[in-house]
Amino acid sequence: MTSEIYTLTVNGNDHHVIDGHPSESLLWVLRERLELSGSKNACEEGECGSCTVLLDGEIVCSCLVLAASAVGREITTIEGLGSGKEISDVQKAFVEAGAVQCGFCTPGLLVTIDQLLNTNPDPDELVVREAISGNLCRCTGYGRILEAVRIASNNRIAQNEEEKSK
Amino acid sequence: MSRVQTSDTAIKGPRIGESALRPDGIPKVKGEFVFSNDLRHPDMLWGGTLRSPHPAARIVSINVTSALKMTGVRAVITSEDLDDMPLYGLEHPDQPVLADGLVRYQGEPVAIVAADHPENVRLALEAIDVEYELIEPLSDPNLAKEAEAIHPDGNLFREIDLTHGNSQEEGEIIVEGTYEVGMQDQAPLGTESGMAIPSEDGGIDLFVSTQWLHADRDQVAACLNLPTEKVRLTLAGVGGAFGAREDISLHIHLCLLAIKTGKPIKMSYSRTESFHGHVHRHPAQMWYRHHAKSDGTLTRIEARLLLDGGAYASTSSAVLANATCFAAGPYRVPSVEIYGAVVRTNNPPCGAMRGFGCVQVCFAHEAQMDKLAIELGMDPVELRLKNALKPGDQIITGQTITGTAPVAEVIETCAQHPISVGSATQQMELPGGAGRTADPKNVVRGEAIAVGFKNLMFSEGFDDFSTASCQLLDGVATITCACAEVGQGFVTLAQQIVREILGVEEVILAPASTATVGSAGSTSASRQTWMSGGAVKSACEEVRIRLLSRIAESYNLDVESLVIVDGGIASLSSDFSISLKEATAEPIEVEDTYRHLPTHPLDEKGQGDAHVSFAFSAHRAVVDVDQELGLVKVVELITSQDVGRVLNPLQLQGQLEGGAAQGLGLAVLEEINVVDGRILNPSFTDYLLPTSLDMPPVEIAALIEQPEPNAPFGAKGVGEPPAISSTAAVASAVRNATGLDLQRVPIRPTDIVFPERSKNG
Repeated sequence: MTSEIYTLTVNGNDHHVIDGHPSESLLWVLRERLELSGSKNACEEGECGSCTVLLDGEIVCSCLVLAASAVGREITTIEGLGSGKEISDVQKAFVEAGAVQCGFCTPGLLVTIDQLLNTNPDPDELVVREAISGNLCRCTGYGRILEAVRIASNNRIAQNEEEKSK
Repeated sequence: MSRVQTSDTAIKGPRIGESALRPDGIPKVKGEFVFSNDLRHPDMLWGGTLRSPHPAARIVSINVTSALKMTGVRAVITSEDLDDMPLYGLEHPDQPVLADGLVRYQGEPVAIVAADHPENVRLALEAIDVEYELIEPLSDPNLAKEAEAIHPDGNLFREIDLTHGNSQEEGEIIVEGTYEVGMQDQAPLGTESGMAIPSEDGGIDLFVSTQWLHADRDQVAACLNLPTEKVRLTLAGVGGAFGAREDISLHIHLCLLAIKTGKPIKMSYSRTESFHGHVHRHPAQMWYRHHAKSDGTLTRIEARLLLDGGAYASTSSAVLANATCFAAGPYRVPSVEIYGAVVRTNNPPCGAMRGFGCVQVCFAHEAQMDKLAIELGMDPVELRLKNALKPGDQIITGQTITGTAPVAEVIETCAQHPISVGSATQQMELPGGAGRTADPKNVVRGEAIAVGFKNLMFSEGFDDFSTASCQLLDGVATITCACAEVGQGFVTLAQQIVREILGVEEVILAPASTATVGSAGSTSASRQTWMSGGAVKSACEEVRIRLLSRIAESYNLDVESLVIVDGGIASLSSDFSISLKEATAEPIEVEDTYRHLPTHPLDEKGQGDAHVSFAFSAHRAVVDVDQELGLVKVVELITSQDVGRVLNPLQLQGQLEGGAAQGLGLAVLEEINVVDGRILNPSFTDYLLPTSLDMPPVEIAALIEQPEPNAPFGAKGVGEPPAISSTAAVASAVRNATGLDLQRVPIRPTDIVFPERSKNG
């Protein structure tokens, strides 16, 4: 049984899902039907955060969201971070701080951290630890990831102050 | 293939010793890096595996008739479809590609299916009718040797009787203990996945995430009955490994389905299937008796080690050798008697995981050292320093340490480093964390140090080598090496080495493939920096020699006067200079194979120069324990490590932090619970990995840089030691906090709350 054609708005673009199955998760549709494979599938039961995307600005595990239920909502994936070819400040900090090893958890973490810093530009370490505690990383032990958040956060604060003083 | 990642171009920049950035960092943060389960082909089918729900059973019949008739199904393969019964195995082929009349562990593959959609694969797998006749599983490793053989090769994978020194030696002080380590999973975030594409020459192209392309290639080719040149393996993006990808998983299944259907086949395990689909860290039971003089000098160690290898051999033999050779820890011990055995059971197969046999014994020997310190009334740091190995000492295999061994240095620096974390100020920081369950009144703090060591690279006479080629053309270097990048950062290091030697800015890394170059050996055993680093280094050095000779000859210059500087070649004795681009308009290409110094087998007494080099580390853990709820919060880890030489400080730090996290996991969180041969918790809901709230900061007290003789750049491998002494340190700190014996890891809440019950099993 296939569903009627429906439309998902991902990173500002409309994508028509044709011949979809109503039981398909948002993660599956993003990865396999829309070929946006930046969101990862490590557990597919909402434990690891590798599939994290924003749904109307809120963090969700896309493996737990039915794709068809996301119609009419703004979906932001890792492919939507940064502007055009430029990577975002958090993405840059990840590379520079050594927060990337195998990189499988990286997209989900970046979506989580981007949302965190957009709502709280100056989080203390415990707040960051709690914010990313739903994103498992098996390589890094989180040390360099926390450092990347510190770098990105400090840069944003410095930039804001610079703009204020202008 | 629509998108297969083939190569990476360098970011300009740093050389050896500097924090070069990963060349795959940008694609990884953009979500563009293609992992093995991101592979796609317009014509592809999906594959799936039917696994036995029983740990031990005879297969009475398999009926695939209804599965074959189902929508979208293109192929169903069982052992009956395979001509002769091919076996595979990394050290010893004993594992059937598909169960042949008998299943020996829960999750053993019984049939494979290809269909047009994963849902149709799932429905077809459900429609296969298998009649099993259940057998009582052999689940207790203690019974394996005497029990009826569950495999034609018998139930004993290997035993080692190691005897060293005078067996009459007795100590004034004797401490004894029995220890146990649970089954840990590597849990790389990327599950097993890959794609096989049939080729026109009757061969197969396999894109897969693995640690050792050529060893896979040889096993796949043998099982398909194809010549090795018709089986081409290319590394697909690897989502972590830690030992889980050293063995064959879906490789042969993918190829069988691709050959049968003539179509590209993709497979990707679910997390649950992944728990059943790869080997784990060996669970261990260990008995120890330490003898010492009253001044703390170790005189004798006796031990019995039993590792549960599960249903198939994998790397059990080498894991046992490590557990036995390193059983005493990094200490001088004149008299040793150790019996080690690794046996076959109907439990999940075990094999490689970071630390490889040394993790289990480190937990035990360090617990014994703590016990001895208490018995002697001696400071545990002082006791360790008194017995610490140093260069020129013999380890318990009778091998003299000819390289560096800064054991005292790692202990002293780690012990002296100040603790920076104070008491918890917020509920969230207490044991139980986000659950906010701890009552601060019940929380006690403890602290302890542990030391460990391990062999680097392959041992016991294995012909261990890596091959790499370097081509220099138009000022651009291209490195071809089959070293598997699994996240550790070899791609970064390879570029640093090339820049260091050839002075070029742009370094391209060709895809790792069996089609273009010889084996690089396994990405395991902390060996690739030394081995593939060594191969890249020597290939580049030969390119440099040939380049300078060619320029000297062409321009009639003294070759001794030529230097590579600022992207060009200059003469120190004249004003001659030429850019590297111009100098290499004609390419220079060199392939080189690097070998470490030969090692030798262990003799019948477990003696011999079996290892090529050793690396040492120390960890100090600070823990808070809620004694009422049995919850542990590790609040700080401090570490010192013997690294030879730092090649990339940033990546090194990542290895130290990440390895410590896996060690912490084994100490207090991670265990595959197996009852009667069945895994009770094959999911991330029930198998607990450390989160950012479980993992404390890792303070690096010291990186001991004593260049290792014979090692390229003097550098030792750094990946495994962080996962070895960390578990022991955390466990010891919990003992220190609670005053309990705690002879088992992972330490469970019930072990703390009901210690008597835990002790009685």
